[in-house]
Formats: sequence, structure tokens, C-alpha cells
Amino acid sequence: MNKICVKMESLPENISFARVAVTAFISSLDPSVDEVSDIKTAVSEGVTNAVIHGGADYVSMNLSYLDRTIIIEIADTGVGIEDIEAARQPLFTTKEDMERSGLGFTVMESFMDDVKVESAPGEGTTVTLTKTLKNRE
Amino acid sequence: MGLKIEIMGTALLAQPDCEIDHHSAERLRAQIDAAFEKSSCRHIILDFSKISFMDSSGIGMVIGRYKNAEKRGGRLYITGMNGDMGRLYNISGLAKIITRTDTVEDALEAITNRRD
Repeated sequence: MNKICVKMESLPENISFARVAVTAFISSLDPSVDEVSDIKTAVSEGVTNAVIHGGADYVSMNLSYLDRTIIIEIADTGVGIEDIEAARQPLFTTKEDMERSGLGFTVMESFMDDVKVESAPGEGTTVTLTKTLKNRE
Repeated sequence: MGLKIEIMGTALLAQPDCEIDHHSAERLRAQIDAAFEKSSCRHIILDFSKISFMDSSGIGMVIGRYKNAEKRGGRLYITGMNGDMGRLYNISGLAKIITRTDTVEDALEAITNRRD
């Protein structure tokens, strides 16, 4: 078991920092190139959502692993999501003017084993991403 | 963030050299749009051979440039995509609307062979 917490200002330039942080954190598990790419992309989507939609000052990222299962919590204390079911639908976006594709959750679901969303209006959002790495020979 | 832009006949060739996420996508679109508006090009070729990472912000950026090319009766071509990006291209449905070629030369040839 290992765990780190990262608290960053909710800024677009910190999205790449979040990707670097998660890549560094899981490197001791010797993941495959594809697994790193999947996890980096999912984290990028989750943190982007928090930065664009959350509207809070900070985004927190709790990273942990137990054996080869990685758990990533991305949390903000911002506006929350009114209808989680709708927000998870492919192509759903509230930011069409920003050229958002509405594919964030779809990508997270495709690249991770499990995606859990906890949110309520005014109470922030926590997205929990889980993926178990394959055993390396 | 690096971005090389070149006019090749009726096509604007954009070669970004960075990771594409929400942060860089906004700057890429501003620079590509400014160059496209100034030019009389109809087509846009996005050469992704130097892109090491892209998330769904890149998909939004691609769709936006596709619409701009379409407004001028042109098309958007993507070249040099790696395997990861290929997966995003398929998941997003981009594969249905945007032509993907291996190289810039292939995209230019496809433009030359258009019948309109």
C-alpha cells in the first residue's frame, strides 16, 4: 500500500502536472506503456473536468495502490453535478462554445476498469478511477 | 508549445509539437484559426506525428478545425497519428467524419485527387 495526496490550484496548466505526478507515482509498479497511457489520459480527463466545471480554487488528487490496483480520486469542492447520469453520457457537454467534445467520461470509462462519480449540487465532485495493472513477467 | 504552420497550395498544414490537453488545445486553435483566416486555403492538414499525448480536448480541437475547413468547402485531414491517438480517434467517432492518412504527402495526394 502506498499513498500520496496532491493539492493543486485549479488551473489549466496544472492538468499536465497531474499527468506527470500520476506517471511518477505508478512507475515503481512497472506498468506497460499502454497502461501508463490509459491512466495518464483518464487523469487528464478527470482533472480537466474539475478545472473547467468545478469552479473551486483547488483540485485534490489522492493516488494510492494496493498490490497492482491503482485508485485515483480527483476531487473538487466546486459546484457539483446536477444530473450525474446525463453528465456521463457520450457527447454531453455544457461548454459547447469552448469546443468541449463531451467525451471526458467516455474516455475515462474506456481506459479504466471502474469510474465512480460522487457529486451533489453545491457540494463538489469526487471521481474515483480504478485500474488493476497486469502482472509483468 | 511548438506549432509550425505552412501553406501548401489549397491546404494549410499545421504541425504541433506538444502534448494536446485543455491548456494547449486553446492556444493551438487560436493560432491555427488565425493563420487559416488570413490564408485562402480550403483544406486543413493536422500533422500529429510529433504529438506524444492527446486527450479529449484534442478531439474538440479537431472537430472545430473540421468545421472551419467545411465552411470553405474543404476538408480536414489528420496524419501521423500514433496508436494511443488512434484509439481516441475510434472511440470519439472522429473516424466516421475525418480522413486519416499516414503521411502529409498522402494527405496532399488525397486533396489533389478530389473531384471538386
